[in-house]
Amino acid sequence: MVDLTKNYFELFELPLSCQVDLQRLSSQYRALQRAVHPDRFAGDDERQQRISIQYASHVNEAFNTLKQPLPRAIYLLKLAGRDVDIERNTIMDPGFLMEQMELREAVADIRSASNPEQEVERLASQVDADILRYLQQFEGFWVSATEQDLEQAETVVRKMLFMVKLAAELEQLESELLDD
Amino acid sequence: MAYSEKVIDHYENPRNVGKLDQDSQSVGTGMVGAPACGDVMRLQIQVNDEGVIEDARFKTYGCGSAIASSSLATEWMKGKTLDEAATIKNTDIAEELALPPVKIHCSVLAEDAIKAAIDDYRAKQKHDDAAPAA
Repeated sequence: MVDLTKNYFELFELPLSCQVDLQRLSSQYRALQRAVHPDRFAGDDERQQRISIQYASHVNEAFNTLKQPLPRAIYLLKLAGRDVDIERNTIMDPGFLMEQMELREAVADIRSASNPEQEVERLASQVDADILRYLQQFEGFWVSATEQDLEQAETVVRKMLFMVKLAAELEQLESELLDD
Repeated sequence: MAYSEKVIDHYENPRNVGKLDQDSQSVGTGMVGAPACGDVMRLQIQVNDEGVIEDARFKTYGCGSAIASSSLATEWMKGKTLDEAATIKNTDIAEELALPPVKIHCSVLAEDAIKAAIDDYRAKQKHDDAAPAA
């Protein structure tokens, strides 16, 4: 029913790529979800139900991984044999960190800005543009795929993790400002 | 998740927040970031002629545990020699603050910031020695 040895792209019958056809991903996901939904096995024995739950969560995990560019990029690296160990890795390019510090300072100052809504929007579009740029860089490195390129791709992914976190913070701040 | 009292204390009354002159020969700056949570930390030390850390400052954008870890690190570094400060381990910080396992990486970040600041200071001194006397 669900072949657990298939990679996530194979599971959804999608080409192995940085770009994913999200419509196709969603329709394939819904079809698979229907096939493995635990309710379908309500009358079956416990073992069959357990397997169905396992399949359903595998399909969910696969969908959530491919849906967003960043987890997708991390997964692509994993398929290429590179585990992005984000837990233990801390040392980063000082220039990048300096820029991060400045961005964080700017975010911290938003509430005292004369026009906070405008400032939050300005920063959010800057961060979005950076994320897009990193995604393009990632794709370039991933496509050429030499050892060196993949290492660069990994560095780009680490940078993206900071930016995505920042984008989420800005989104949160934006909705807080709207509530005020 | 509940923070320990010590984390809350450091978070609410962070010690040594601020900035030292990055361009000064007697200042070492360590910048580190944790991709896992997007935290960024800047830790700076001011070192006197005897190699003793006279002042330490930090600025951290991150969770309570990251702020507490760097706050504690600056407290511990003050008055220590560079060699002594270099022996501060993330496990000591984590233990002192009673960090839960999911927050251990915050103490790792602080340890790396300490090392980076010391390395930066030492690199500056080496550079200084190599330069021809004015």
